[in-house]
This record gives sequence, structure tokens and C-alpha cells, in this order.
Amino acid sequence: MTTGRALIRLAGITREYRMGVEIVYALRGVDLDILTNEYVAIMGPSGSGKSTLMNLVGCLDTPTAGQYWLNNVEVSQLSDDQLAQIRNQEIGFVFQTFNLLPRATALHNVELPLIYAGVATRERRRRATYALERVGLSDRMTHKPNELSGGQRQRVAIARALVNEPSLLLADEPTGNLDSTTGREIMAVFSELHAQGQTIITVTHEADISARAGRVITLLDGRIHSDTVQDAA
Amino acid sequence: MPFLEAIRLALKVIWAQKMKSSFSVIGVFIGVTFLIAVVSIVEGMNAYMTERFAGALLGVNTFQLRRYPNFIVGDISRETWREWRRRPRITYDDADAVTDGIDVPVLSAWVSANGAEVAYAGRVVRDIEVIGSTEEYFAIKEWNFEHGRPFSAQEVQAGQAVVVLGYELADRLFEGRDPLGREVKIRNIPYRVIGVVETQGNLFGISLDKFAVAPALSPVKRLVNPPRVVDELLVKASSLEDMREAMLQAEAIMRSRRGLRPKQDNTFTLETSEAVLDFWGQIRKILMIAGPGLLTISLVVGGIVIMNIMLMAVAERTREIGIRKALGARRGDILRQFLVEAATLATVGASLGVATGILGAGLVQATTFLPARVAPWSVVVGVVLGAGVGIAAGLYPASRAARLDPVEAIRFE
Repeated sequence: MTTGRALIRLAGITREYRMGVEIVYALRGVDLDILTNEYVAIMGPSGSGKSTLMNLVGCLDTPTAGQYWLNNVEVSQLSDDQLAQIRNQEIGFVFQTFNLLPRATALHNVELPLIYAGVATRERRRRATYALERVGLSDRMTHKPNELSGGQRQRVAIARALVNEPSLLLADEPTGNLDSTTGREIMAVFSELHAQGQTIITVTHEADISARAGRVITLLDGRIHSDTVQDAA
Repeated sequence: MPFLEAIRLALKVIWAQKMKSSFSVIGVFIGVTFLIAVVSIVEGMNAYMTERFAGALLGVNTFQLRRYPNFIVGDISRETWREWRRRPRITYDDADAVTDGIDVPVLSAWVSANGAEVAYAGRVVRDIEVIGSTEEYFAIKEWNFEHGRPFSAQEVQAGQAVVVLGYELADRLFEGRDPLGREVKIRNIPYRVIGVVETQGNLFGISLDKFAVAPALSPVKRLVNPPRVVDELLVKASSLEDMREAMLQAEAIMRSRRGLRPKQDNTFTLETSEAVLDFWGQIRKILMIAGPGLLTISLVVGGIVIMNIMLMAVAERTREIGIRKALGARRGDILRQFLVEAATLATVGASLGVATGILGAGLVQATTFLPARVAPWSVVVGVVLGAGVGIAAGLYPASRAARLDPVEAIRFE
């Protein structure tokens, strides 16, 4: 495997936190390559380093040691503002708690990444509208989050994550706040996106979600415990 | 994020939290209201003093030769008072000598006045300023006549019992009937009305139309002054230079008549509108210094309030900031968002302050005698200061928001 083909390459990634005088290791030397159009599920008990890994891969955080290439760009040493730009252009986030702006309409929420990308108003509206249509919410665009169901909120979040056409869709327990039926709907959306060529990494502790992924990585105590390629269900 | 977009967003946030927003801008609001209102009133007073007060009461390019000042500015010591009371009065001869001695073209008139009541057919009007004067008085005052005519030099010489009335006095005595030729009584002395002066409006709420002018040598002389003296000699020149020249000549003539040696002070007063305007200038200076002082205090307080509210807003919206950062907002974007919000908040407050200030000035104008004139510069200064305070107060909270760690911010509950 070469860096040329890997969308993500992590080499010796370590992340430590200082808690008073004690140093807590969240990740202890993780090496990992993820290719374009892979659908990866990251599993592991709490405290295993899942969230830390997600934050690092999502460029929300930087490693204490090690290197991280995203699309052949070494991002582990970039400044805050450069990371913000990478997040904006390369990464779409889907969170467990949706993380929509409560006072803004669905359309405005989806427009946010485009605003920070400096897209002009008309083009922005067009692309946000299209993204909402893609997740089946064309009739909910002017609704605010509290006027939407949990599943609809997560669809808005997915539309927002996709609107800048990122290289990577990063989901953190995307069905954690949804009932099982709605959760399955959202997973179906993910599978379809994957089928269309989207690279997806999702953190989960639910087996039926990881079953849909082509590759399951299990973390334990800040290290990769297992890494298995499977046939997607 | 584009600037207009940021303002629109800020207005939305401000509107969504009307209550909190209005509390947070109260300091700026009051400060700017105060600025506009005070400046309006001071400017209005200024215009009033220079145009109306000086013109109406003292006259332009006019001076008065008096025993002691008529308009007394500031505190007068007992000593000064005593000295003034010891001064000789201005006599007919003094007045004539000065009038004859001035060689620049001037108008001059004797003026003596006293309060009295004027009656007609059982109707009595009290508190009328009864003036004994000479024929050029009307020209000096530049009065137009509503009815009739001024009295002539012959009538003054002959001491005829004719009278010219102020507009309000005539109105109250005759209630619309033709006043000319009617006989009014001033302290029981009958006078024939020969003219009524056009209305002069009022000054500080006091009517300028409650007067009666009679020839100085007519029976009114016993009412206004001891024999053969006048309150003042009123002199009007056609230019400031002529007036200064005439004043110098009048001073020289009076000093020589009184036999004053070079080191002795004048035992008379030459009064111009300048003295009064000087005094007003001092008051204005104090107001214009005290005003900004108070304004500064209220703006500083207002700024601190805004800063606190913005710090609260940043804390409350930590999660929003985290979300925005995750979606690609740079530090500058977040900084700008909160700065624009603070500045918009303060500008809205300042604009409301401007509106209220103008309204307040208008209200003062309408309900009291105090004039008000809104100065355009004060509006500009008010709004600019408001926005400036907002930016200054928003800087710290906004930079805190911009530096938040996205991982922690997005997890914030």
C-alpha cells in the first residue's frame, strides 16, 4: 500500500493528555491506512481512544507525536486556521447529538460550511438545497431543528456534512440518539453514500452498524486491537 | 463570512434576545441620549443667546451708558455694590453731552423704566414695563408698527402724554378694537395711544410685548426716575467698529465731565451685549466639558456591561462556536462574528439613543422656554462612539471565543 492511494495515513500517532501531574495516554502509537471509498467502523469500549482518534482524523485535534497525512498533505503540524480550512474542505462531520444550530433553519444549517468556504449566496443556496434534496428533506428546508424529528435532524446533519463534497465523512455514533427504525434508515443512507463512492469512517459500539461496514477496527487501551476486512451486509 | 451577512446574523441574534439585548445596551443608550439632548440644548441656547437674547434685549452694535451694569454676571461683592450705589446718576446733561460729543454716526435714546399698571375703561394690566424714552428709541429697537406710529422729537420736547404700546398689552386692553386715539391711564395719568408695536415673541418664556413707551419728558418721568436723570443712554452704531469708537468717545466725555484722574476707575458703566455673551460662553464651555465627561463615564459603564453580556453569550454559545469551528470557521470568522455582534448591539443602542435624544430635545423645546437645536455632528459622534464602544467591549470576549478549542467546545453542554 502506498501513500498515493491512501486517503488517510496515520504513522505512530500518539496523543497524551496532562491531568495534573499525571500523563494519560489516549493513543499509543497508532499506524493506520484508510483508502478512498472504504467504509470503516471503529469500535472499542469507552476509554479505548475512539473519540480521540476521531478528533485527530477529523482535524479537530493534533497529535502529541506521529504523523498524519490526509490526501497526501501532512496535517499533523498545521496551524489552527489551516486545520479549519481542511475541516471545511475535506471532512464532513455527523455527530451523535446532531449539533445543529438551534435557531437556524435546516437550510441555513446546511449552508454553514459553504459560508466559511466563501461561496456566494446564490450558489450557496443552490448547493444547500440540493444537499437537502439528496437526503429527502426538500419539504423541510425552512424548519428549525426543534420542528424536526430526530431522524430528520440527523439527515440535515448529513446534508450539511456532504454539502462541501468532502473526501471523508466522519460519523460519531450517528444512530446513538435515534430509535432503531430511524437508526436503520440513517444507516441505509450511509450505505447508499458509500455505494456512490463516499469514504466513510464511523465510530460505533453497535454490532449491526459495524456489520454494514467493509472494515472494522477495534481499539483497546489506545492501540489497534484488531483490523478486519469483511463483506458488507 | 461576508460583512453584511455577519450584521444580518448579529441583528437576528439581538432580536432573538430582545430583553437581554436591551439591558446590555442601556449604558450606551443613556450616554448617547444624554449627549444628543445636552448638545442640542446647549447649541440651541447658544443660537438663542447670540441671535435672540443679544438682539432682542441689548441690540446689535449697541451699547448702554449706565450708572452700573444692568446684566450682572456672576457674584457681586458687597464692596462693589456699595461703590455702585455711591456713583452719581446719569443726568439729562450727561446724556446730551455724550450724544453731542460722539462724532461717528449713531442713533441714541434716553431710556428710563419702571414697572407699573396700565388701565383702560376699568380693565387693568399689571407688571407693564413703562419706559420713558426719546424718539430714536424705536429706530434703535428696529420695531415695526402693527398700528399707528412712533412719537416724534416734537412730542418728546413738548412732553406730550402720548404712548406706544406693546402688542400683548394693547391686545389685553382693547381685545381687538382699534387702539389708536384711545386714552389709557398709567398710574392714573391719562395717555393717548398713538401706536402699537408688532409682537416680539418671548424670551425664556417671558413675553417681550408687555411694555408702554412714552416721551421721556412727559408726565411718565415722575414715575420712572428722580428729576433730570435717566437710567441709561442707549447708543446704536451701524457697525462694530463704529460702536467701539463711539464707546471710547463716550467714555472720554463722561470721564472728563466727572473730572476723573487717569488712575481713577470709571464711575459709570458702558455695557454691551458682549459681556452677557462672554458669560454665556463660559457656561457653554463648562457644559461642553462636563457633558463629554458624563458621556465618557456612561459609555465606559456601558462598555463594561456589553463586555460582560458578550462574555456570557460566548459561554452560553460555546457549543455553537464548537460546531462552527468543526464546520470550518477560522479564528477570524468567530472573532468577527462576535465583534460584529457587539458593535451592532452598541450601534443599535446608540441609534435608539440618538432618536430618544432628539425626541427629548424636541420635548424640552415644546414644553419649556429652553430652545433646542440638534447638532448633526453630535448625531455622528453618538453613533460612532456607540459602535466604537461596542467594538472595544467586544474585543476581549470575541478573542476568547475565537481561541476556544473545538473539541472541548463541541462537547460543551
